[in-house]
Amino acid sequence: MTLRLSASNIGKTYNSDQILRDCSFSFSEQGIYVLTGANGCGKSTFLRICALIEEPDSGEINYFSDKSMVQKNLELRRRITLVLPKVGVFHTTVFKNVDYGLRIRGIRGTEANERVEKALEFVELGHKRNQNARTLSSGETQRLGIARALVIKPEILFLDEPTASVDQKNTRIIEDIILNMKQDSMATVVITTHDRQQAARLADHLLVLKDGKILSG
Amino acid sequence: MFLAESFKTAFSLIIGLNAELLGIILLSLKVSGSALIIATLIGLPLASLLGFKRFRLKGMIISILHTFMGLPPVVVGLLVYLLLSRSGPLGFLALLYSPSAMIIAQSILAFPIVAALSHSAIVGVNPVITQASLTLGATPYQVSMTIIREARYGIMSGIIAAFGRVMAEVGAILIVGGNIAGFTRVMTTTIALETDKGNFELALALGIILLTISLVINSAVHIVQQKGATGAGR
Repeated sequence: MTLRLSASNIGKTYNSDQILRDCSFSFSEQGIYVLTGANGCGKSTFLRICALIEEPDSGEINYFSDKSMVQKNLELRRRITLVLPKVGVFHTTVFKNVDYGLRIRGIRGTEANERVEKALEFVELGHKRNQNARTLSSGETQRLGIARALVIKPEILFLDEPTASVDQKNTRIIEDIILNMKQDSMATVVITTHDRQQAARLADHLLVLKDGKILSG
Repeated sequence: MFLAESFKTAFSLIIGLNAELLGIILLSLKVSGSALIIATLIGLPLASLLGFKRFRLKGMIISILHTFMGLPPVVVGLLVYLLLSRSGPLGFLALLYSPSAMIIAQSILAFPIVAALSHSAIVGVNPVITQASLTLGATPYQVSMTIIREARYGIMSGIIAAFGRVMAEVGAILIVGGNIAGFTRVMTTTIALETDKGNFELALALGIILLTISLVINSAVHIVQQKGATGAGR
């Protein structure tokens, strides 16, 4: 049974500016959930809260497997992952960047190599495996971020504005990667984007964040 | 003419490299190398503590470390001398005028450099690295180790800079080592002594070797910094 998310009445205030208010969202089926809204409306904040990277001021984030709630601990954090708009590339090769998530889980050797190679091929970066990751272009860096997430086989993958700073060619490649993930039932994907056309191209479930609340979904 | 003659003799001394000269060079490297290891073993954990933990007096400790980066070697020599002298609190160890005393003095000189520069390197790591580690499921310990790994070039620069500082210093080791031939005589103290005696050839020979070591150290720092500068960190 896949992991399900339930966000209830999430509130978040920055510098007396209430970004999120009673924001609720839940899903029970796999697919691509696209959260759209104007720039600065709180999409990224909501995603970081859902991915347990940031604490809400009010409300609750819960994860369920079958009918039981999963404790918010390291084990849960390792079943979900978030790719940030600034990927945070480690100062090493592309291969070792992707291998990171496996190494910290104690997965090494042949299994790790095979998984890294597969993830790199999936994002079309196999030919750059030995390159210093900091020399990649913006689009390639985003794809590296996705490969780094995919290699750990998350049940839920959060992608925060994955194509915000990349060119058209890389936008198309990244969208294809996301659609292929859906086809292969690799993970439930939750994406934020301010591009409505992209939202329409990708979404199984479209959500709009406005005035601190999720209006549809 | 005199200068040219002195240089000529100095070079022939280097090429000939007699046992005494070799002994002086090796002792210099042994003393400074040991001091660097001790300074790193204490300085790096302290830098990590200052980089990752929040606690009272943290700002004051950082300020003290930065101030102590410029500690005058003679002052350190004097303090270590007072500690290790027969009537001092550590006099019972009988370490004065020994290589151990010189290592202690140089460790004190190197430690603030290693700690302060390592701390700067650690806090200089882009915060997105921390977030990336967390999103990939790292534990707090794994996040810390990742940040230290990302700061490795800055940390290495700090360690190499500290080595350069202790290799070149003379004040502290002269006071606590006593410049005893074949026992505590190192390159810098020999240069000082031989210049006093008017024996410029040996002093020049050691000066050239010291400068070469310094050049190698600075080149290493440059290479390390160049490697660390690859990419701005997306």
